[in-house]
Amino acid sequence: MTKNWPLWEVFIRAKNGLSHRHAGSVHAADAKMALEAARDTYTRRMEGVSLWVVPSAAIVASDPGDAAELFEPAADKVYRHPTFYVIPEGVKNI
Amino acid sequence: MYTTELKDKNQAPQSAAVVEDPARLEAFEARVAADDFIEPKDWMPEAYRKTLVRQISQHAHSEIVGMLPEGNWITRAPNLRRKAILLAKVQDEGGHGLYLYAAAETLGTSREEMIDALHSGRAKYSTIFNYPTLTWADIGAIGWLVDGAAIMNQVPLQRTSYGPYARAMVRICKEESFHQRQGYEIMTALAAGTDAQKRMAQDALNRWWWPSIMMFGPPDENSPNTAQSIRWRIKRETNDELRQKFIDVTVPQAEAIGLTVPDPDLTWNEARGSYDYGAIDWDEFYAVVRGEGPVAKERMQARVKAWEEGAWVREAAAAHAAKHQAREAAE
Repeated sequence: MTKNWPLWEVFIRAKNGLSHRHAGSVHAADAKMALEAARDTYTRRMEGVSLWVVPSAAIVASDPGDAAELFEPAADKVYRHPTFYVIPEGVKNI
Repeated sequence: MYTTELKDKNQAPQSAAVVEDPARLEAFEARVAADDFIEPKDWMPEAYRKTLVRQISQHAHSEIVGMLPEGNWITRAPNLRRKAILLAKVQDEGGHGLYLYAAAETLGTSREEMIDALHSGRAKYSTIFNYPTLTWADIGAIGWLVDGAAIMNQVPLQRTSYGPYARAMVRICKEESFHQRQGYEIMTALAAGTDAQKRMAQDALNRWWWPSIMMFGPPDENSPNTAQSIRWRIKRETNDELRQKFIDVTVPQAEAIGLTVPDPDLTWNEARGSYDYGAIDWDEFYAVVRGEGPVAKERMQARVKAWEEGAWVREAAAAHAAKHQAREAAE
């Protein structure tokens, strides 16, 4: 059996004005083939107007074990949200 | 197309051969019980990983093998409209197989391993695809019943606890509804046609009904892993619950087009608000699981032939990619 082709992550822009969003992955020998496979696999029903394919090996991901130290510090900083502030009654447009 | 997790009847249930860290296990169980999703890099018990790899890869294989009985009829579709629809459906099944293989790969298995397991006969796929497609009406019956059963199974799996599997299911469910409707439309047209056409539709229903309701897998009392899979939110409803739902929605669909479900014991049970149905021939089911289905050998031969005849394409693509990489490196 031939070696597995590399894995590519597929991102689709649903329409102009929106960002590309992860849809799934495909195996392909090269970038051009990855785009063709992504088109056939993920856009059979007009799901998008633009595709990105990125070698999966190029993605650097955070470790779920670090999630607490990375994301929990934001939990006690409610003053970063506008609803934290008390505005006197009757004051408008703020 | 869907397969419930298939195992030979006498195969032992999953045992905790690996001793897991109790604290991690407890945290995992709590997350799953709270309907949190588990993602590829998260810690998970080995038995959870193994069950998922088996279930997702069987599901993927079923999609891929499911292309064969319908693919047989593309050149014989009765008109251009039906041919275009069938082509699109078979292409969707291929796509569904790919979404699912990709989901299984996030658990640490590889495409090669899975394909090798299928072709060598180690992996199982839905029993339904080892029955032959004898007439055009079978294509109608497959869409209506087999895809209908698949939808019944797959809708709750959109909330399965493993994120990549759940996301693949969302995509698949969006596409599956057309499969069922096009099949029912074929049956409707035949049932309203000449006597011969109507007989053909009824004959297809007669042959596909029982295998379709077997697709939900063995009865709950013989499904040793169901409790654990439900606790882990790998499954959301039991085989018998899903089978009952399918029967309850499908019987009126048959009646609406003047076809008869081939079960003399089928009766509406007012108290339960459900149909009571006749005994299922589980010996037949287990025989098909063991690989004794009427066309099991032909299916695998066709699959392996397609894979082997495509080898030169895969090799050419790899050679082309290597040549371009070398050229770019030299520039």
